Amino acid sequence: MAGADISGGMTGRASGDARLRPYLGFIWPALVVCTAVIIFPWLFTIWMSLNDWHIGSERAFIGLANYANLATDRRFLESIGHTFYFTILAVFLPLVLGTMAALVFHKKFRGRGFFRALFIMPMMATPVAVSLVWTMMFHPQLGVLNYLLSLVGLPPSQWVFATSTVIPSLILVEIWLWTPFVMIIVLGGLASLPIEPYEAALIDGASQWQMFWKITYPLVLPFLVVAMIIRTIDALKAFETIWVITNGGPGTASETLNVYLYAQAFAYNQVGTASAVVVVFFAIIVALSLVLLWARQKAKWT
Amino acid sequence: MNYRTRRRLRKLVDKAALALSVAVLLAPCLFVFFWMISLSLKYDIDNTAWPPVFIPTEPTFDNFVHVFQESPMFLYFWNSVQVTGSATLVAMLLGVPAGYGIAKARAHGLAAVLLLSRMTPGLSYLIPLFALFQMMGMIGTVWPIALTHMVITLPIVVWIMIGFFETQPHELEEAARIDGATLWQAFRYVALPLARPGIVVSAILAFISSWNNFIFGAVFAGRTTRTMPVAVYNMLTFESFAWGPLAAAAIIVMLPVLVLTIVIQREIVQGLSAGGVK
Repeated sequence: MAGADISGGMTGRASGDARLRPYLGFIWPALVVCTAVIIFPWLFTIWMSLNDWHIGSERAFIGLANYANLATDRRFLESIGHTFYFTILAVFLPLVLGTMAALVFHKKFRGRGFFRALFIMPMMATPVAVSLVWTMMFHPQLGVLNYLLSLVGLPPSQWVFATSTVIPSLILVEIWLWTPFVMIIVLGGLASLPIEPYEAALIDGASQWQMFWKITYPLVLPFLVVAMIIRTIDALKAFETIWVITNGGPGTASETLNVYLYAQAFAYNQVGTASAVVVVFFAIIVALSLVLLWARQKAKWT
Repeated sequence: MNYRTRRRLRKLVDKAALALSVAVLLAPCLFVFFWMISLSLKYDIDNTAWPPVFIPTEPTFDNFVHVFQESPMFLYFWNSVQVTGSATLVAMLLGVPAGYGIAKARAHGLAAVLLLSRMTPGLSYLIPLFALFQMMGMIGTVWPIALTHMVITLPIVVWIMIGFFETQPHELEEAARIDGATLWQAFRYVALPLARPGIVVSAILAFISSWNNFIFGAVFAGRTTRTMPVAVYNMLTFESFAWGPLAAAAIIVMLPVLVLTIVIQREIVQGLSAGGVK
C-alpha cells in the first residue's frame, strides 16, 4: 500500500516536472530570493523559540519552556483575545460596507472613474501618516471628531483614551482604510456577472431587493470569500495603525498579538519569547486561513 | 402622458438616490484628507481652537517650511527613493519572469508559497534578519531596508503577473516557437510586450506598498537612514502637540503615492481585482 502511494506520487511529480522544467530558468531567481528571505528567517525563528535568549546575555537551549511560559502569561492570552475582537469587526464591517460601495460604483454615472479614484485613496495612503491624522482627530478635548459628535447632539467620547472605546475606535480607522479594498474585489465580481438572469427576473416582476439576494449575492459570494480571506489575514496582522495611534494602550487594552510581539522583541529584547510568539501567531493565521479556504470550496460547490 | 411624467419622476428619484449614496460614501473618506490639509495650512492657535476652524482664514505654508527646517526631509526622501526604487526594480526583474514561468507551467504549488509569504507577519522576519544584518555589519546603511522590502514587493509582482500571463492567449508564442524562437525569445519579444499593462500595474502597486511600509524601516534604520514613514513617526513622538507641522509632514509623505493613485486608478482597480480572485 505504501509502495502504491509512492509510485502514485512519483508519476504525478514526473508529469509536473516535465511541464515545469523548461520554465525553471524563469522561476529560480525569484525562488532563491524567496527562500533566502522567507525560509531562513523561519528556521532561525523556530530554533530561537527553543532558546532563552535575551539580547546582550548568553543564549541557552531550554526546549519548550518559552511556550509553557506563554501558556500562563496573562498579558499574552489577553492579547489573543484583543486580536480576535479586533479581527472579527475589522473583517465584517468593511465587508458589508465595501459590498454596498461596490453596488453603488457598479452603476454607470458621470464622473464614476474620478469618484472611484477618490474612494480608493485611503487604502493607498501611507498608513503611518494616516494614523497620525486620526490620532489628532481622536483627541478628547480638541479633536474634531468630538466636535462633529456635538453637532449632532451626541456626548463626547474618550475614543482611544479609554479602555472600553479604544478597540472600536481603532476599528473605525480600519474600516476607513480597507472598505475600498473590499469594494475593488467585489466590483471585479460584479463586472463578471451575466445579465440574462436579471432580464428574466425583471420580466417576472422581481423587486431590486429580491434580485440582490436571489441573483447578485450568490454569484458574488466567491469574490466575497476571497475578500474575507485576505482581509482576515491582514486584520490579524494589523500593526501600524495600532502602534502609531495607541502603542497598545491605554495600559495594554489594545495590545494585539503583533504589538505584544514587537514589545517582547524590540522593547524587552526577549528574542526567545518573541520567537515563540511568532510561531503561535503564524499557526493561528494558517489555521484560520485553512478554515476560510475550506469555506471557499463550499461556496463554490453550493 | 401621465405614464411618461411618472417615469420621468421615477428616473429623477433614482438619480437623486444614487447621488446621495455616492456622497455618503465619499464624505468620511474625503473628510480625513480635508482635515489633514486644513491642519497643515493653519497656525497652531487655530488648530487647537474650539470650535475647530475648518477653512483656514489666512492660509500659511509655515508648517511645511518648519518641517523642512527642523528635519533633513530631503535626505529621508532620498532614502525612501533608494529603498523603494531598488526594491521595486529588483522585484520586477525577478518577479515578471517568475510570474511568466509559473503561469505557463501552471505551477500552482509555487503560487501557494506566495500566499504563505503574505500570511507571515512582517515582524517575524525582523528578528532573524536583524541578527543576520548585525553580524554582517550592515545595520546603519539603507541596503538592509531595501533587501527586506523585497519581502513586500516580490510577492505582489509575481502574484499580479501570474494573473496577467494566465489570461494571455498562447497561440502567438506557439507560432514564434514554431518559427524557431527559443523560450526566452518567445517571452522577451512576444509575451512581454503584450503584458505591458500588467507590468505597469504591478510596478506601481509594488512601489506604493514599499513606499508606505513602516515596520522594516523602523527596525533597521539609523538616524541618517530613515525612510519617510519612519521620519514622520519620529516626529509624532517628539512633537505630539505641533499639529500643523505633523499634518504637513503627513502630506509630504503620502503625496507621491496619492498622485500615482489618481493618475492610474483605472489600472489599479483592474490589477487588484484580477490579482485578488486568482
